[in-house]
Amino acid sequence: MATAARNTDCLHAHSSDALLICEHCDTVYRRRPLARGEVARCVRCGAELDRHRALSANALLALILTAMIVFVQANIWPIFTLGLNGQFSATTLWGMIVTMWEQGAQVVAVLAAATLFFFPMTKMLVMGWLLWFARLGRRAPGFAPLMVALHRVGPWTMSEVFVLGALVAIVKAHTYFEVVADPGIYAYGALTLLITIFAGVDMRQLWEQTPEPKA
Amino acid sequence: MNALPRAVDLDLIGCRMCGLVCRNVPGNVKLDGDGVDDAMACPRCGSTLRRRKTNSYARTWALLIAGFLLYIPANVLPIMRTASLNDIDDNTIISGVVELWNNGSADLAVIVFTASIVVPMLKFLSLGMLLVSSQRGSDWARPQRARLYRLVEFIGYWSMLDVFVVALLTALVRFSVLSRVEPLPGVIFFGLTVVLTMLASMSFDPRLIWDGRSNDD
Ligand SMILES: [Zn+2]
Ligand SMILES: [Zn+2]
Ligand SMILES: [Zn+2]
Repeated sequence: MATAARNTDCLHAHSSDALLICEHCDTVYRRRPLARGEVARCVRCGAELDRHRALSANALLALILTAMIVFVQANIWPIFTLGLNGQFSATTLWGMIVTMWEQGAQVVAVLAAATLFFFPMTKMLVMGWLLWFARLGRRAPGFAPLMVALHRVGPWTMSEVFVLGALVAIVKAHTYFEVVADPGIYAYGALTLLITIFAGVDMRQLWEQTPEPKA
Repeated sequence: MNALPRAVDLDLIGCRMCGLVCRNVPGNVKLDGDGVDDAMACPRCGSTLRRRKTNSYARTWALLIAGFLLYIPANVLPIMRTASLNDIDDNTIISGVVELWNNGSADLAVIVFTASIVVPMLKFLSLGMLLVSSQRGSDWARPQRARLYRLVEFIGYWSMLDVFVVALLTALVRFSVLSRVEPLPGVIFFGLTVVLTMLASMSFDPRLIWDGRSNDD
């Protein structure tokens, strides 16, 4: 491969002796094939180096599509309803975001919109797009910048924290109000389950699985 | 040569973004975490290749201290107001935990206490300790320090819990004069604390733990 940038040589996948560097302590390893379910850990610091890919691009894509459908449900349905003396009050995720904005907590509104809506949505759309092309054995248009974006957005999605927050809010409200769980909370529960499944997937495997375009 | 060679010893650099292993020309990139690198782009993904995160110590210290400063008003100031016909009640993080406990939800009280108090404190103390020990090049308890860093990185975002609780209650408890919940400034400080401490743990480079004077492990 002759895509040498200034002062660097490319040492990766094209040869069988691909190397692997532990991100947490800089130890260099030779990549080796992993058995089903196996996770390679760094001998020096114990961080995860590599794991067996249990799911194919097809299976992953199916998962992402399911997650997207559930995500839409989680966003359009009310999360739960409170009742007091025959009056009722319900909210969706966006209802919550707008209320926080109007109540003077714009910072919280922006944080919630980013971590519960825009970042998770970006993550799913980008993963879906990349996997759709990976399934066909190709790199999607915009592959490199999208992979970088995915890497950056990763730590900022908080749907699972929100589910726990909803649970705490229900218990707190239950002391004073009637509480009725709405479809939104179930959708969020399902979404959390799906997120847990694909949290273990390292999308960086796509760098090795798909061929580099000829420069 | 060590049985476990490090990229530094072999003049290799691993790309943070895509994991590609590249060869570095000796002396091109400084090792001290504060070195400004020459611009070397990863041939595969185009990200700048760095031996260590740029300015890791200075950035992490700055973000950690800023986070800690905001954590004080986050705890002192009330995070939400519950108003009913004849009563106005301002809740802090701690009073919210106490209320859960007194109303018989000890398990949730423990969860909220952990997310809002234990996790942020653990972050301040752990990152502070990791910064000091790594800056001194200490080889004390390196595997344990590495594990502590991964723990901090993994649990950090759960602190956002109380922010979402306040947001949900604000949106739901809207029964005109009968009963209302409003957010108060404490919740904003708390949200910002969580963001700053997350940024702090991201800017710390765990490889610095292993960069000290001695190479025996
Ligand atoms: Zn190549
Ligand atoms: Zn390691
Ligand atoms: Zn790269």
